[in-house]
Amino acid sequence: MTDALATLPHRDPARPARDQAAPAPGRRRNSARRRFASIVKHACLIAVCLLMLYPLLWMVASSIRPNDDIFTSSGLFVDTFDFDHYPTGWDALAYPFSTYLLNSFLVVLGSVVGNLISCSMAAYAFARLQFRARRLAFAAMLITIMLPIHVLIIPQYVVYAQLGWINTYLPLIVPKFLATDAFFVFLMVQFIRGIPRELDEAARIDGAGHARIYAQIMLPLMIPALATTAIFTFIWTWNDFFTQLIFITKPDLYTVPVALRSFIDAQSTSDYGGMFAMSIVSLVPVFLVFLFGQRFLLRGIATTGGK
Amino acid sequence: MSALGEFRTLRRPAGRLSAAEKREQTRDTKAAAVFLTPWLLGLFGITIGPMIASLYLAFTDYNLLQDPKFTGLDNIRRMFTDDRLAHSLQVTFTYVIVSVPLQLALALALALLLDRGVRGLSLYRSVLYLPSLLGASVAIAVLWRLVFGAEGLVNAFLSLFGVEGRGWVSEPDTALGTLIILHVWTFGAPMVIFLAGLRQIPRELYEAASTEGASRIRQLFSITLPLLSPIIFFNLVLGIIGSFQSFTQAYIVSGGTGGPSDSTLFFSLYLYQEGFTSFRMGYASALAWLLLIIIGAFTALNFWASRFWVFYND
Repeated sequence: MTDALATLPHRDPARPARDQAAPAPGRRRNSARRRFASIVKHACLIAVCLLMLYPLLWMVASSIRPNDDIFTSSGLFVDTFDFDHYPTGWDALAYPFSTYLLNSFLVVLGSVVGNLISCSMAAYAFARLQFRARRLAFAAMLITIMLPIHVLIIPQYVVYAQLGWINTYLPLIVPKFLATDAFFVFLMVQFIRGIPRELDEAARIDGAGHARIYAQIMLPLMIPALATTAIFTFIWTWNDFFTQLIFITKPDLYTVPVALRSFIDAQSTSDYGGMFAMSIVSLVPVFLVFLFGQRFLLRGIATTGGK
Repeated sequence: MSALGEFRTLRRPAGRLSAAEKREQTRDTKAAAVFLTPWLLGLFGITIGPMIASLYLAFTDYNLLQDPKFTGLDNIRRMFTDDRLAHSLQVTFTYVIVSVPLQLALALALALLLDRGVRGLSLYRSVLYLPSLLGASVAIAVLWRLVFGAEGLVNAFLSLFGVEGRGWVSEPDTALGTLIILHVWTFGAPMVIFLAGLRQIPRELYEAASTEGASRIRQLFSITLPLLSPIIFFNLVLGIIGSFQSFTQAYIVSGGTGGPSDSTLFFSLYLYQEGFTSFRMGYASALAWLLLIIIGAFTALNFWASRFWVFYND
């Protein structure tokens, strides 16, 4: 398969795993030892998994127990249920939590659309066009992947302030339409390189220009890479705190991360249950995206990690 | 090929073009100008322009209200006498140097454990990967604050064994440790990259080594690790670059202060405070360039050191 992104998720059937090699009949002891090793291995893995999930499960349990119980119980068993944290947490801040969720969705939507359009256009040029200064431009693109945002954010803030963009979502969305998330450009370049060139050459012989090749041949073939980009953009934008904290200061425009922060500022109320409940609400979209988009997520990070 | 590997191919010289190729290049250049318009606008308007501006601001005194005032090397001189900066560098270096190798070691160990056809691989992988998606969120930082708080989960657990807990996030000598644990907790992302890399290693190599009588340990050090070294390198470089910029967790766990006693004052947090709460934007720009130089130096050092331990099979 030439598709570079497809190398990860499934074990190549032509290569049987070593452990599945049938044991020779005269090697009973060896097979018992192997079974023991396998049990130890699974025990270790399950222990690690439980340890990893424990804080999350504890948070869920804490969101449905009375405030007084939260810090006295380290277990996950809930004896008295208290679902009030969800409604109280929802209304605990200046605006109902739905406002913040909606704001975040708006920013995420703009970012996803922006990244899909701008990054795929740039990637097509880098992967398929032999233009002048291609190497230089490509190197510049790679470098920007690693550039810390800190060296940009202050002048950006100054410019956005002069444009009157502070306390709008423009500083969060407009850059996405300008392919500033170079990581995704790179991801798509990698993907396009795996698409056989014969496909676009055939189209060119039929008289198609680059615009048509891009729109009618590349984009449909790139759907897996576009999905990966959309999912990562969703999660990263949803979680992004630094830029949203800087550009959004009006409470009615707060996104979810910025709103959650105000729970900590207002912790005099010590409604930990409400804080946990809203934290969980804020994680649900990421969790759902993970659940349904896992395949693309795993492919995406595996592709970019090859040597 | 990873973003880092690309640089190796870019260094190779380009061949001369034939006349037909030149014609095609001219045509392609026109098309590229269209396809790259958004990216070019972003590159110059949102990346290079602001970079140059911030380099200028680094030599000024600027509070956003009045025009920037050129002050020469004042900001740089100030850095040498700025105790909070020194402290913040110390905190950040400790964090990077401890948490990145720890995280990668754990990621590699679990990837190796999962590699050899474990039943339930995809379930394990999902469970271990999930935290790395959630770890950057404010919600998890809030959770961490309470898990490691004076009355938190950890202490409730310790008290089961009669061990007296402490306020892990509110005491200067343990607060940074809780952030390191949080970083290690997100080892799933590098683990998945390792898993993909392990899959690229030809099984025949192991079979050949087995017939020659090489032990599993020997195979690990003579086959797996050398062939995986480009990916270890990739994870190391990106891990270092990323963790130098950590912000959210320290901000939330310390309530925005970098406390207690500046023990979680990550470099980005200090930069944020200088730039966006004290509005010393000139000095904050100078700090940003210092961060860029530090990250650049670490990355260059990594690339230099890679020739001694990274094995490229091409």
